[in-house]
Amino acid sequence: MTKKLVAVKVNGSLVEKAVEPRTLLIHFLREECNLTGAHIGCETSHCGACTVDVDGRSVKSCTHLAVQCEGSDVRTVEGLAKGGVLHAVQQAFYQEHGLQCGFCTPGMLMRAYRFLQENPAPTEPEVRAGISGNLCRCTGYQNIVNAVLLAADLLQQTADLATKEVA
Amino acid sequence: MNAPDRIAALQGMGESRLRKEDARFIQGKGNYVDDIKMPGMLHMDIVRSPYAHARIKSIDKSAALAIPGVHAVLTADDLKPLKLHWMPTLAGDVAAVLADEKVHFQMQEVAIVVADDRYIAADAIEAVVVEYEELPPVVDPYEALKPGAPVIRDDLAGKTTGAHGPRDHHNHIFTWEAGDKAAADAAFANAPVTVSEHIYYPRVHPCPLETCGCVASFDAVRGDLTTFITSQAPHVVRTVVSLLSGIPESKVRIVSPDIGGGFGNKVGIYPGYVCAIVASIVLGRPVKWVEDRIENISTTAFARDYHMDGELAATADGKILGLRVNVLADHGAFDACADPTKYPAGMFHICSGSYDIAAAHCSVKGVYTNKAPGGVAYRCSFRVTEAVYLIERMVDVLAQKLGMDKADIREKNFIRKEQFPYTSAFGFEYDSGDYPTALKKVLDVVDYAGLRAEQKARRADPGAPTLMGIGLVTFTEVVGAGPSKMCDILGVGMFDSCEIRIHPTGSAIARMGTITQGQGHQTTYAQIIATELGIPSEIIQVEEGDTSTAPYGLGTYGSRSTPVAGAAIALAARKIHAKARKIAAHLLEVGENDLDWEIDRFKVKGDDAKFKSMKDIAWASYNSPPPGLEPGLEAVHYYDPPNFTFPFGIYLCVVDIDRATGETKVRRFYALDDCGVRINPMIIEGQIHGGLTEGYAVAMGQQMPYDAQGNLLGNTLMDYFLPTAVETPHWETDFTVTPSPHHPLGAKGVAESPHVGSIPAFTSAVVDAFAHLGVTQMTMPHNSYRVWQQLQASGVAL
Repeated sequence: MTKKLVAVKVNGSLVEKAVEPRTLLIHFLREECNLTGAHIGCETSHCGACTVDVDGRSVKSCTHLAVQCEGSDVRTVEGLAKGGVLHAVQQAFYQEHGLQCGFCTPGMLMRAYRFLQENPAPTEPEVRAGISGNLCRCTGYQNIVNAVLLAADLLQQTADLATKEVA
Repeated sequence: MNAPDRIAALQGMGESRLRKEDARFIQGKGNYVDDIKMPGMLHMDIVRSPYAHARIKSIDKSAALAIPGVHAVLTADDLKPLKLHWMPTLAGDVAAVLADEKVHFQMQEVAIVVADDRYIAADAIEAVVVEYEELPPVVDPYEALKPGAPVIRDDLAGKTTGAHGPRDHHNHIFTWEAGDKAAADAAFANAPVTVSEHIYYPRVHPCPLETCGCVASFDAVRGDLTTFITSQAPHVVRTVVSLLSGIPESKVRIVSPDIGGGFGNKVGIYPGYVCAIVASIVLGRPVKWVEDRIENISTTAFARDYHMDGELAATADGKILGLRVNVLADHGAFDACADPTKYPAGMFHICSGSYDIAAAHCSVKGVYTNKAPGGVAYRCSFRVTEAVYLIERMVDVLAQKLGMDKADIREKNFIRKEQFPYTSAFGFEYDSGDYPTALKKVLDVVDYAGLRAEQKARRADPGAPTLMGIGLVTFTEVVGAGPSKMCDILGVGMFDSCEIRIHPTGSAIARMGTITQGQGHQTTYAQIIATELGIPSEIIQVEEGDTSTAPYGLGTYGSRSTPVAGAAIALAARKIHAKARKIAAHLLEVGENDLDWEIDRFKVKGDDAKFKSMKDIAWASYNSPPPGLEPGLEAVHYYDPPNFTFPFGIYLCVVDIDRATGETKVRRFYALDDCGVRINPMIIEGQIHGGLTEGYAVAMGQQMPYDAQGNLLGNTLMDYFLPTAVETPHWETDFTVTPSPHHPLGAKGVAESPHVGSIPAFTSAVVDAFAHLGVTQMTMPHNSYRVWQQLQASGVAL
């Protein structure tokens, strides 16, 4: 099959690859970019294990073509930590025991990362609705919800600190 | 450091230690099967049958082979010369690896394609042309046993005996009995009160988020086979692969890497694994196979599908005198249940539950149908979920008949604390328990009397928009299989193992026969060693899943990791402890009996200043061991448990049912578990949350519906219910601690209790909402449509 050149920014770095037009974003990330954090759980957009961030939106990469991402800014779980420091959502999932087998975790983290930018101070029901596109079979969600609420607090504290420093 | 600080530094037993495995998972650095890439690796996909029952007239591979990038198309005829077209199952039957002349269930494996990448393989399976001649399918297990029913298994023609005794019909697999029939019949003959109920436990699927898969790599030069596989029992896979392939077990390496949830789905050995291994041997290149979700739900490991008839005999005031159970078990087309060899219905005979029942009998009849094989323990010990569901429902039914409260009837029939160890009418020896104390605790916390008063008021109000139901379950599980005199898999006793090595500088590694799938073994196992040996858990590495390094073990399922492997850890550590004492005595120039162990050191009795820490002893063991003692500090222990363990729990559930829509809202769910001694409370609570949620899924939405042609109508996540965070109720957890007297740590296992116990609790609550209207039984799943139908039938719909 004829390949098409696609140029995508992945976790801040430009990636240029020739791919078949039918290549799914999840396979592009996993096979071409060797970023195996995002997982394949259903291939029908239901489970959310493949969730990544594309141009500021949560996207289920199992039903998104790589060629659709031409010129896009893609962020995966591998791009969450900065300079060896965990992102607040990662830290919170660890502290709150928000993961067990870990298979849903990268998608769940990427959804939490985006959700908390959409709604920085959510209530518990809002968190539950906000992550309802991501399935977890292990945790029963209670600790995930607690983790997202904790991450909201941690991010708020960081923001408050930054505001103070500017002042 | 003072003693409390030294204990805290260990992060040992009882601490809610944060998980060691999380660092890799939260940074996308897990290593699951589909993450594995090998040089030259090819991809396999499977051609599957559209029919439930059909004869294969022809298979034309030519168009598929003509696709560039396709390396091979293999069918049963290609496997025949290797004698690999059929394989033995764990249940003593055989299963087709690739369909041999006919297909027995929809989506059965018919041919495989191996190609350069997964896209080409997917194209190529569409190009394989298979001509079928349809045969009448058998979907209903009762129909399967009628005299004129179609023959499902042509290969068993004339075989009147199976692995578990005589077969009296061509679709009959086995009949297995436990208990004393004559005694049970006598109890019923004289009983003032009897109740009976037909209870269907629907076919469901464990559906872990990661599907099954493997990467098989045969090195033709070395003659070595390495297979990375989603297996809950890698050592068993190694033995089976060696037996099947003829490759010596010493040249077979099976590795279970990180596993994205198992729940029983990853115990079996599936045709896809065998085909990938054969393809690698044939092609001399690594071959990856990962099933998709539809394949997963359709073919690998369903659970349950038990048609149960239960009966209780009792006195007029509710003392249970006898239990009789007859089960028709739909096993699908091949008997591929994953049970200990001697128990084709697993531990179903735990169905006398938490109650002192003098006479009991059960009979389970296994039958073939044109459905996928399986019958795995979905987050439970073998068939314990079915057993607990049966007895808990029956006790509710009896209470209703007698007009007794469901808490009172349970309290009246409990095995009392002083009766332990208690031998049940089925022959299990329950190790320990204190049911009345736990029940009282739950009833007090939830204000049970208040709930009943509220329900009474609700029932009295004809305009109330909702019905209120209260579910109560007081269950006992049997887990930790098991004593090898009773339990084996393919002849291998169900022991488990641990090897611990202490390094010269005092850190340690432990290798295990089990394999974590999210349970946090790397965290909790280290905590056990930390407490036993006084080494901080932070510097204890736990390795599992690689058969080339780990000691032989039977794996992780049936809540056996803590009861069996956890004991192996403790006893391996105690061997090291005994040697360390000798070294310490030598170093301190005193007798062994002059030493006391304290947290992380041996000290000379009466002199706190004279001691050797485990770190000192580790170093000494490598350079100055006592004369006559070999250097080094390590031990292996294979633990064959003397008995099962019997965790128990009291679960209470309150639901409100919308009389207009049938929607059931779980208002409150209170789960008290007693798993004996607790190793990591944080992890235990997480396991309970997860098990309750899986129980909620089974009770309220999961089913695998088949039409009359044997088509599975719900095999995607569009149809198959996995609850999201929105539907999932809020969970309240609690505990009591009744140690197991025979386990070295007093621990019993916990992760499956919440699944086993919660399912009947939801049903108990939903039925309870209709109990005043004479309803005693509603079949799961209790989705809105079904509950709405009951509202209509009972004349209470709004």
